Amino acid sequence: MNNAQVERIWSWLGEVEDPEIPVISIVDLGIVRDVQWLDDAEGGECVVTITPTYSGCPATHVIAQSVVEALQQRGLPRVRLQTRIAPPWTTDWMSEGGKRKLREYGIAPPIGTAAEQVISLGDIGRGPRPSATPAGLACPLCGSTQVSLTSQFGSTPCKALYRCCSCLEPFDHFKCH
Amino acid sequence: MLDDKFEYLLRLGDNALVLSQRLTEWVGKGPALEEDMALANTALDLIGQARLWLAYAGEVEGLGRTEDQLAFLRDAHQLRNVLLVERPNGSYADTLMRQYLFDAWHLLLLDALTRSADGQIAAIAEKARKEVTYHLRRSADLVTRLGDGTAESHRRLQDALDDLWMYTGELFEVDDVDAVLQAQGVAESTVTLREAWLAQVGRTLAAATLTMPSPQAWMQKGGKQGRHTEQMGFLLAEMQFLQRAYPGQQW
Repeated sequence: MNNAQVERIWSWLGEVEDPEIPVISIVDLGIVRDVQWLDDAEGGECVVTITPTYSGCPATHVIAQSVVEALQQRGLPRVRLQTRIAPPWTTDWMSEGGKRKLREYGIAPPIGTAAEQVISLGDIGRGPRPSATPAGLACPLCGSTQVSLTSQFGSTPCKALYRCCSCLEPFDHFKCH
Repeated sequence: MLDDKFEYLLRLGDNALVLSQRLTEWVGKGPALEEDMALANTALDLIGQARLWLAYAGEVEGLGRTEDQLAFLRDAHQLRNVLLVERPNGSYADTLMRQYLFDAWHLLLLDALTRSADGQIAAIAEKARKEVTYHLRRSADLVTRLGDGTAESHRRLQDALDDLWMYTGELFEVDDVDAVLQAQGVAESTVTLREAWLAQVGRTLAAATLTMPSPQAWMQKGGKQGRHTEQMGFLLAEMQFLQRAYPGQQW
């Protein structure tokens, strides 16, 4: 009963859209870290643990509201949200389905694992340029790997802005983080 | 002592808060659209980090003050940021150099704090370190390109470096608060940080063909103890206006 309820809640959360990138859900994004169902005399309480993406991401607040609303609409009266910051969110937690949906939407998904992003502090500021494009990054529109970085900071904290040198279209890249 | 930890957390939080406020002054006025976005993104990361540090400071203090109350209802003498981050934006070269000198220190500090004896400090540092890595990549990259750019961009970067240099000594100053927390393993040894920072900054400035001023030069200090420059009042007047004029107002 308890497990079935928890599974149901996970599937409901899988329908809650990310407010900035509505093609993927907050579960695809990997920010829902835990769901608990506490049976009690008052109809039970749902505890959802969320790990925010970037410290200042303005979507975090909207996501919290959407979670509570979604679960209350499904008939769960009491929903409690917990924020967990350690271990920090990483794109390693993004689902394969989520990455595919990003690409179809026109955003190049993260490449590689966060561990590969950890750079030696001494390497910053001495060549090769640390802002080099990740190997294998392809234009989500035409698939070309001939791309160039326009800006390390894109339309949201999690994205960088690139330009395809083959089809000439600009595109967002969800940074490996 | 809890008071020492509270003070230390205010310093971490206020550095992020004040620099974030400075960067937002550029929004809509950046020299290029990409730079406008980069400044806004950096400011956003920093305000998020300030929120985490100040929320924890309020918890440690135990008087029920929230991060918003700490950010918007303290006056200049109660803020604990280093003087470097309150320097006016000046030209884009001044802003960029201020950012680079800060980022290089910030990343080294956060990296060290991930090993802090205080679990919450380590957790916040680990999260912030990932974000600040991007900040340093951008600022180090631009300092290198503009320093080694045209005669005009080189001159502007060198002038900015010479003007800001006297505010870098405070990053490594050790007072009683630092000494207590370093002894407890909560904060990192400032001596180690300074050596790593000088090495890192030295390499980048050399690649940028800029001349590093003497590390032994006379340095300004006082921000960490609440003695700020004249500009601080103007910064707070803008940042705190709403909560001062309409106390307790919410979105």
